[in-house]
Amino acid sequence: MGVPMSVPKTSAQNITSISPAIRAGFEDWTPALVKQEIDALKDKPGAMLPILHAIQDRFGYIPEATVPIIAEAMRQTRAEVHGIISFYHHFRTHPVGAHVIHICRAEACQSMGSRQLESHIKSRLGADYHQTSRDNEFTVEPVYCLGNCACAPSIRIGDDIHGRMSPDKFDRLADRLTTSTLELK
Amino acid sequence: MSVKLFVPCDTTALSLGADRIAAALQREADSRGATVEIVRNGSRGLFWLEPLVEVETAAGRLAYGPVELEDVAALADSGLFEGAQSHPLALGLTEEIPYLSRQQRLTFSRIGITDPLSLADYRAHSGFAGLEKALKLSPQAIVDEVKASGLRGRGGAAFPTGIKWQTVLAEPEGRKYIVCNADEGDSGTFADRLVMECDPYMLIEGMTIAGLAVGASQGYVYLRSEYPVAHRMFKEALKRAYEAGYLGADVAGSGRRFDLEVRLAAGAYICGEETSLLDSLEGKRGMVRPKPPLPAIEGLFGRPTVVNNVLSLAAVPFILDQGGAAYADYGMGRSRGTLALQMAGNIKRGGLIELAFGITLRELMEDFGGGTFTGRPLRAVQVGGPLGAYLPESQWDSPMDYEAFAAFGGVVGHGGVVMFDDTVDMGEQARFAMEFCAVESCGKCTPCRIGSVRGVEVIDRIRAGDNREANLELLTELCETMVDGSLCAMGGMAPFPVQSVMKHFPEDLQA
Repeated sequence: MGVPMSVPKTSAQNITSISPAIRAGFEDWTPALVKQEIDALKDKPGAMLPILHAIQDRFGYIPEATVPIIAEAMRQTRAEVHGIISFYHHFRTHPVGAHVIHICRAEACQSMGSRQLESHIKSRLGADYHQTSRDNEFTVEPVYCLGNCACAPSIRIGDDIHGRMSPDKFDRLADRLTTSTLELK
Repeated sequence: MSVKLFVPCDTTALSLGADRIAAALQREADSRGATVEIVRNGSRGLFWLEPLVEVETAAGRLAYGPVELEDVAALADSGLFEGAQSHPLALGLTEEIPYLSRQQRLTFSRIGITDPLSLADYRAHSGFAGLEKALKLSPQAIVDEVKASGLRGRGGAAFPTGIKWQTVLAEPEGRKYIVCNADEGDSGTFADRLVMECDPYMLIEGMTIAGLAVGASQGYVYLRSEYPVAHRMFKEALKRAYEAGYLGADVAGSGRRFDLEVRLAAGAYICGEETSLLDSLEGKRGMVRPKPPLPAIEGLFGRPTVVNNVLSLAAVPFILDQGGAAYADYGMGRSRGTLALQMAGNIKRGGLIELAFGITLRELMEDFGGGTFTGRPLRAVQVGGPLGAYLPESQWDSPMDYEAFAAFGGVVGHGGVVMFDDTVDMGEQARFAMEFCAVESCGKCTPCRIGSVRGVEVIDRIRAGDNREANLELLTELCETMVDGSLCAMGGMAPFPVQSVMKHFPEDLQA
């Protein structure tokens, strides 16, 4: 389902009411834009994953309503497309907050206290895995290894990996991210 | 005169602030009127020293690390731009740091030395020498060279690479593929990532040679989506290799074609299994295929396909350049050449260690690793990723070798070594092994799909003291069923860590 993005009500409220998706650099999706992404890639051999990545990279998620469009263009059933999207942890069908945080849950990070870090982040943001904080700033996702295992524990925010993470360092990072976003806008 | 500084740009250095360090060094130089050229090199793989800043001098490159933002001004004051060694972070000549000088770097000979995207750097360090030789050889002669090297698949299964290539070469001419498995999902491993971020042309060269060897003109690198830096670097390297004529219709002016594309995975551990990877590349759910048919005969899009790990393909340029025998000179028994060991987890000096097969775990953990990060006693080591057994101290003297490890139920796998101190709860680790399998199972076969879910439940009951003896017996049987009855290594090996905890750390499976 295409969830409409919140629209700024007055200029005074601009800072807080700009949709987190827009602040994260994503566009609002339309069937025409989705078709554009599909058409650019559909002739590649095995084009399905590249198409799903392109849609998620542009709109922040793969809206359920795009499934029939993808299915028709790729000559597959909706069930097949749904089956592919749901198989892969990376793909999501709901919009996200301004920052997506991936917390590494794998063994090397566990050996360096990632379980404590994980519970700290979840309680500080008030969001469990696959959820978004109430202020729409952060979406929390689990990840199994970021390949930064010699400097654990690690988290990923957007495309940036942060090593030797601790609850204190996380709090400073989260503060910086929320304030710098406000300053930018 | 301009001074050359090096600040690495791999994921680990970046994760510890390398970009900010590079900017601060530039500011310090500007404010002092010093002219500097800052090269963003790859990492040397000495991760406990990252960000590792180097200064080029007449005597060689001098190292400083680990550098934090607050150190930059003091480093500049102490004369870093002139290579002065008075600051506490000064480490002397990089090449003489024992952790590095004691290694045998064949595959990783260039990492950290060069600018990963510079073709000139690559060529200046023997880059494309293997390809040039391969272009003068017949496909069979290339395959023979790889066979002579004794190279075995570095992804974990250790199947002889030359034999796999021979199978694909023997298939009738037509569309064939080279697929590189860069879905490096094992916790504690980062060697594939280092290749792609720090020496991407080596992988391009290795895949091109593989294409020449078996008669394939199209290659795919299947890269995990958890590696955004590797993706960025490798895409740029591909672009430059095409522009310079190393890929495309006329590889290095030979008239031969080889095209290469990187495809992003989507966060499914199972897609590191080769048949599931092929389904994913074809645009499907990454379900495991029964074997036979082997991918070498019916692989990607039903065509003969070489599926090799990054490290296997990355070893190929050296083998073609120096000869298979030169590679086979390293190693022990049937494990020839070097192994990229990755020291991770609770460790003081984590990083990449490339050595001939045969070093013991204890030497690695004590001589190289320097013990745990926390300084507490070491309790368990998991080698070979989430499907590898947890090894107690009694097993630390085994040499790193595929057969020696297999003899006691250990797994060398992709060479990841994850250390745990004495605060670890091994019952929790056993539970996680089953939980991970439940999350990541492709669902095709019952022992893996259902067994892992039941495994979590049974372990929970054991840890709660609920009918402990009977449930331990049930867990033993469940593990055996999964090992014997699963279609692929995921379900077949997920019980290994659990079994090792039951055998060596039973005290942690108490209520």
